[in-house]
Amino acid sequence: MTSQAIKESRGDRVFLVANYLYLLIALVIVAYPVLYMLSASISSPQAVGSGEMWLFPKGITFEGYERVFQDNRIWSGYANTILYTVTGTLVSLAVTLPAAYALARRDFVGRNFFMAMFMVTMFFGGGLVPSYLLVKDLGMIDTIWAIILPGAASIYNIIVTRTFFMSTIPRELEEAAQIDGASTTRLFLTVVLPLSMPIVAVMALFYGVGQWNSYFSALIYLNDETKYPLQIILRQILVLQEMSAQTGGGMIDASTASALNNKAEIAALVKYAVIIVATLPIIVIYPFLQRYFVQGVMIGSVKG
Amino acid sequence: MGTTNAAAGLQTQAQPQKRRGWRRILRNWELYAFIAPAFFYFLIFAYGPMYGIQIAFKNYVPTLGFAGSPWVGFDHFTRFFNSYYFWDLIWNTLSISLYELAVGFPIPIILALAFNEVKNGWFKKTVQTVTYAPHFISVVVMAGMIITFLSPSTGIITHMLEWIGLDPPDFLTDPRWFKTMYVLSGVWQGAGWGTIIYLAALSGVDPGLHEAAIIDGASRFQRLRHINIPTLVPTMTILLILNIGSLLSVGFEKILLLQNPLNMEASNIIATFVYKAGLVDAQYSFSTAVGLFNSVINCILLVAINQIVRRTSENSLW
Repeated sequence: MTSQAIKESRGDRVFLVANYLYLLIALVIVAYPVLYMLSASISSPQAVGSGEMWLFPKGITFEGYERVFQDNRIWSGYANTILYTVTGTLVSLAVTLPAAYALARRDFVGRNFFMAMFMVTMFFGGGLVPSYLLVKDLGMIDTIWAIILPGAASIYNIIVTRTFFMSTIPRELEEAAQIDGASTTRLFLTVVLPLSMPIVAVMALFYGVGQWNSYFSALIYLNDETKYPLQIILRQILVLQEMSAQTGGGMIDASTASALNNKAEIAALVKYAVIIVATLPIIVIYPFLQRYFVQGVMIGSVKG
Repeated sequence: MGTTNAAAGLQTQAQPQKRRGWRRILRNWELYAFIAPAFFYFLIFAYGPMYGIQIAFKNYVPTLGFAGSPWVGFDHFTRFFNSYYFWDLIWNTLSISLYELAVGFPIPIILALAFNEVKNGWFKKTVQTVTYAPHFISVVVMAGMIITFLSPSTGIITHMLEWIGLDPPDFLTDPRWFKTMYVLSGVWQGAGWGTIIYLAALSGVDPGLHEAAIIDGASRFQRLRHINIPTLVPTMTILLILNIGSLLSVGFEKILLLQNPLNMEASNIIATFVYKAGLVDAQYSFSTAVGLFNSVINCILLVAINQIVRRTSENSLW
């Protein structure tokens, strides 16, 4: 940290070593499961199931991935998730950005009213069943709108964006635009947005990742299997199958048991492969976008 | 929350222009178009369901709608309070929350303090990038990982416990392990990401403070204890208030995925109960009443804890 020129005392060196050790342990604990899954997804199911494979791949096979890519549900789930994520993110941005800009304008009469109205929803809501009945009454069950609209905007994100606008867009700009007779819409589109690309990126990422990872609204609002997003397919493969395999393991003779065991091992292999396939897009792009995510949290925390 | 400053500024500036208020509204008509989508969004999807809460006091009949269904007063609430599972639900919800708070709250703080002691460089960057990453794993994948890792026949954690000579319990179906499984997997996923907000606070520490302390012969630990930790107290307080305000709303999406008939005894919480009673069994009015009970307790907890904190320190939400 500061003043490395001053020699560290013995106590400080012990402290530093302990500190590094602590971080190293944290690193291993977090990284190990991910590395293990990567290796497990390309190892022979027997080696994985018996615990013989614990870090590096053993008996390399791509059967897990082959099975995953043969599964039509995965492809349609991927396509649906991409559709929901792209549309949902665009809708969310279209709601969040203009609203945040309006709320950031000090000359906007009524902004305290709108802020108060939005903030109430942070602390109190209608709950699950009334929300479900509302979506049902609006005729949105089994449509893309049930996935996108009920969670289209978050007050937290609006506040973060508003804070960004208030701290980075100089007021003189607005005054100058008004004197020049430029409309607010033009000012917003041609001056404010180009100056605010970092926050646009942060919001697109927050909403995009949220939509990519969400399963619950699809679980309650979609019955049509062709519309299921990836996360619902994952739930079928990762969660439901495991439960049925477990509860069915009661009284069976030895040969079926070993066949079942083999089947369970292959099922486990497919699970590792499917976890990697579903998480890879986010894990691969995440390190490049990390600073935007961090920035988003920072802007939010300054607000407090 | 912070709007007060801006509002005060608005007032002093607006005073001489009061007569021109209407002209300002008209001149800025576009701003109303800007806020319209958000206004209608919250009106429909946040206030709409709040209007629907009335069915907690009614017997909801789909053909009659929210307003037309017949009133029954507090019947659903009495049924819930008198049910045999009432105290189980409360206990499970509260104990999972408190467990999560006790374990999950301090770990990001310790981690942030540790990051802060390390010079910026590849090691720090690597540890940060890696520990932040699980935040982006979806809850379904997280549940899938837990189920696969803890599988009694093939799970790696089961094997590891066998290697060190322990007899692994059946984590997935043993109610005694449910809460630990939930809390520790949450720490694995969220601790790294949770440091960001504290690191932001730590980056605001005046370097002069540390320099002065070094000249006075303070050790690293003393500086951590007397400079860095006090810096984090306001952030900790705010996060603690928010956490306590949501004691009754635990991460129900994950619990729903990990729940099975065998661990139900420990995993049945208010939110999953509302989902099952309401959307699976279609007892709309009853589960709305249970959900309302939950929200009201949350609100009371938030206001109460904020009052307590406001009396004892200056770091409160409002």
